Amino acid sequence: MKSRLGFKVEKRAIVSGSLVFFVSLFAIFAALVVAGIFFRIYGVSPIHAYQLILKGALGNKFGLAETVRRAIPLLLCGVGLTIAFRALFWNIGAEGQLLMGAVAAAGVALFSGLPGPLLLPAMFIGGFLGGAAWGLIPAILKVMLGLNDVITTLMMNYIAIYFVEWLIHGPWKGPTARGFAYTDTFPRAAWLPTLYGTRIHWPTLVLGLVLAVVMYILVNRTRSGFEIRVIGENPDAARFAGISRFKTTLLVMLISGGFAGLAGVGEIAGIHLRLLGPTHISMGYGYTAIIVAWLARRNPLAVIVTSLLFGVIMAGGDVIKVSLGLPFQLINVFNGLILFFLIGSEIFLRYKISFFLRR
Amino acid sequence: MDNSEGYAIELRGIVKRFPGVVANDGIDLKVHRGEIHCLLGENGAGKTTLMRILYGLYRPDEGEIILNGQSVQMTSPRAALNNHIGMVHQHFRLVPTLSVEENIVLGLDEGTGPFMNFHKTRQKISAIAGEYGLSIDPQAKIWQLSVGQQQRVEILKALYREVDILIMDEPTSVLTPQEVSQLFTTLRTLVDDGLTIIFITHKLDEVIQVSNRVTVLRKGKAVSTLSTAETDKPGLARLMVGREVVFQLEKSPLKRREKLLEVNGLYALSDRKLPALRGVSFDLFGGEILGVAGVSGNGQYELAEVLTGLRKSTKGRILLGKKEVTNCSARKMYDLKVAHIPAERIRMGIVPALSIRENLILKKYRHHPFSHREFLDNKEIEENAHRAMSDYQIAAPSCETPAKLLSGGNIQKVVLARELSENPNLIVAVHPTYGLDIGATEQVRQVLLIQRERGAATLLISEDLEEIMTMSDRILVIFKGEVMGILDAESADIEEIGLMMAGTRHKGEQL
Repeated sequence: MKSRLGFKVEKRAIVSGSLVFFVSLFAIFAALVVAGIFFRIYGVSPIHAYQLILKGALGNKFGLAETVRRAIPLLLCGVGLTIAFRALFWNIGAEGQLLMGAVAAAGVALFSGLPGPLLLPAMFIGGFLGGAAWGLIPAILKVMLGLNDVITTLMMNYIAIYFVEWLIHGPWKGPTARGFAYTDTFPRAAWLPTLYGTRIHWPTLVLGLVLAVVMYILVNRTRSGFEIRVIGENPDAARFAGISRFKTTLLVMLISGGFAGLAGVGEIAGIHLRLLGPTHISMGYGYTAIIVAWLARRNPLAVIVTSLLFGVIMAGGDVIKVSLGLPFQLINVFNGLILFFLIGSEIFLRYKISFFLRR
Repeated sequence: MDNSEGYAIELRGIVKRFPGVVANDGIDLKVHRGEIHCLLGENGAGKTTLMRILYGLYRPDEGEIILNGQSVQMTSPRAALNNHIGMVHQHFRLVPTLSVEENIVLGLDEGTGPFMNFHKTRQKISAIAGEYGLSIDPQAKIWQLSVGQQQRVEILKALYREVDILIMDEPTSVLTPQEVSQLFTTLRTLVDDGLTIIFITHKLDEVIQVSNRVTVLRKGKAVSTLSTAETDKPGLARLMVGREVVFQLEKSPLKRREKLLEVNGLYALSDRKLPALRGVSFDLFGGEILGVAGVSGNGQYELAEVLTGLRKSTKGRILLGKKEVTNCSARKMYDLKVAHIPAERIRMGIVPALSIRENLILKKYRHHPFSHREFLDNKEIEENAHRAMSDYQIAAPSCETPAKLLSGGNIQKVVLARELSENPNLIVAVHPTYGLDIGATEQVRQVLLIQRERGAATLLISEDLEEIMTMSDRILVIFKGEVMGILDAESADIEEIGLMMAGTRHKGEQL
């Protein structure tokens, strides 16, 4: 008798934590395999490349430090995005919100004339408000006019990018920047302290960790968090229960945009010490943070882990550039593949697929 | 003679397991060629699952499907259609923006190459329609049709595919009494013409009225197969529930109290921005149940939504007690003690992924004692859950269980516990027992009667006329957003209500 392989698809009633973990792991593994093809095309053994990346990103103090400093903006943006995604607001605009946070903080640093100890706190507040304002515009457009959040948040990124370009080429171009498109270097009081010998601006890191915990509590223990969860899980029931979509959408975008703005403050006050070209400020943190938040399954605490993972990948990008002479953009290919497989693997969370032999 | 010769279909030992339940537990079913065979059972008895297996939507874990004496694998609905089996689902599978003929040929390889040949299609449709009295305009768009007409399209769709066996899944739940009798006539014509019909239902009257034979399912097992002529309603009910069933509900005489709700010339739009309510007026008193009868889509949902603050009215007034509450928010209405038992309990009534505990505070999480300022009080929330679960006999492993894992009856009990625990003045109940088994139905009706006793005013919107007749003190019939009349339930006549549901105004109109 000939037997044939059959399969059966069934809806899952309960999704366990370990299943989520292994499915996510599988998605990353699949992305590694496919990304390997690209290394092959460049004539590099993928295994060798991955070894280099791991060693470079985790094998020494410098690599570790780079991993952590890359993880900082991912952590802040990622935590904010989990909140927006929870409420079904698809914020693709963390990149622009980060830049506007940087702009606001740079403005405070350069022009406020605040005395030393007040300057950094004012920059963080300004950065939060800058990012939040940028996030609130699409939020208001959505709740008032029903405009699609994916499109508006994405478009707002370009506005932010060109706004920064205009500032550094135009009104804010530094007299001391010798013709380069920068602002002047910030005064000393506007520099964030870094861990000795690294570029880890630790106050921003601590802020990110604290906010991850606070957001976890917000989601699970508070009235606003309950409203966010109800809207996220069943918008019809939220309407039925009289929960205001308007208020909650504004709240989540205040948080999401604001946190991305804080990430922008960290980058310019901790690393660059001036406002400069948008691709130098961010390197796509706002976009990568989408994957960070998604891999964390919209859990703010899990973002601590996933942002570190993507810190490794981004630090690894430097390694493949320096050691292998390959373009840094390969990392973006890799990130894209992870998101692709991550979303693709959702089906395994919702359905159970079992194989059997059929006569 | 081979035993299986006379059977159109034979199912042998069908087993289908879902996580946590055995939906079909070794079911045998034999259906004669050319009969109307009822599958009777409560919700969750496994009727629909069994038919989905026959129609190729599910694969059985064990068992065999035998058609005309041959074992067949039903791998997909296409395979079922190739074997001349068609199914009319409870929720129609039609594309609203397409025309009748487009829906009928959807998925078929008609015409030449990429081109459709509607001329031939139209001829075939009108031939079938003429033969079975299923008149319909082939070029009408589905969304323009009434529910009864849409069902006709579904039947035509199956006949167009030349099915021998037609499965009808609870086909009467959306029809007026007149439409039901029309459907039954059609079904008999089909059977006379040699078709075999499997008719899924949980209504005993329908079994008696329409079927030749009936198979009763209970908890995933086929309990018995009978010839309809040899059985009666109580006998079937006993088989279906597994115990004696009381058909009469204990209802105390009406004790009308003060006027609690006054609706005056109310107008509202539907989601499509078409007029849904057109000058609805009525009064509702404490201690009274006012039933709203009407065919689905005649404004009753919009009425429920306007009364609970979920939809804005465009004209008219609502007075709650002496207070003007026209166009108050949903939250405001809840705070004014208006309870809402929504039509679609899973889509609106609960948040499936959240726990029972959290679902029970869906509307009152902002109130003392469940939250203190911004923070939720988990201890109070849990105690509330324990109280509600014992008061309303919600069967669940714990209050942490996600609501989506509960049965329909238990989900409805969660909704009732939440909505009624605050002693509401006005209860807007929409299809409160829809899809529930007899036990849960009895319980839900009991709860509503207790509220009536307590002095609450209840607006009961339902498509189940029997429910309206047994529960209500007065009956309001609605058609195209207008009140056709309000009748006294004691003296109301089901034929007259049926006519009013189809648009005849009540003569001696009394308000």
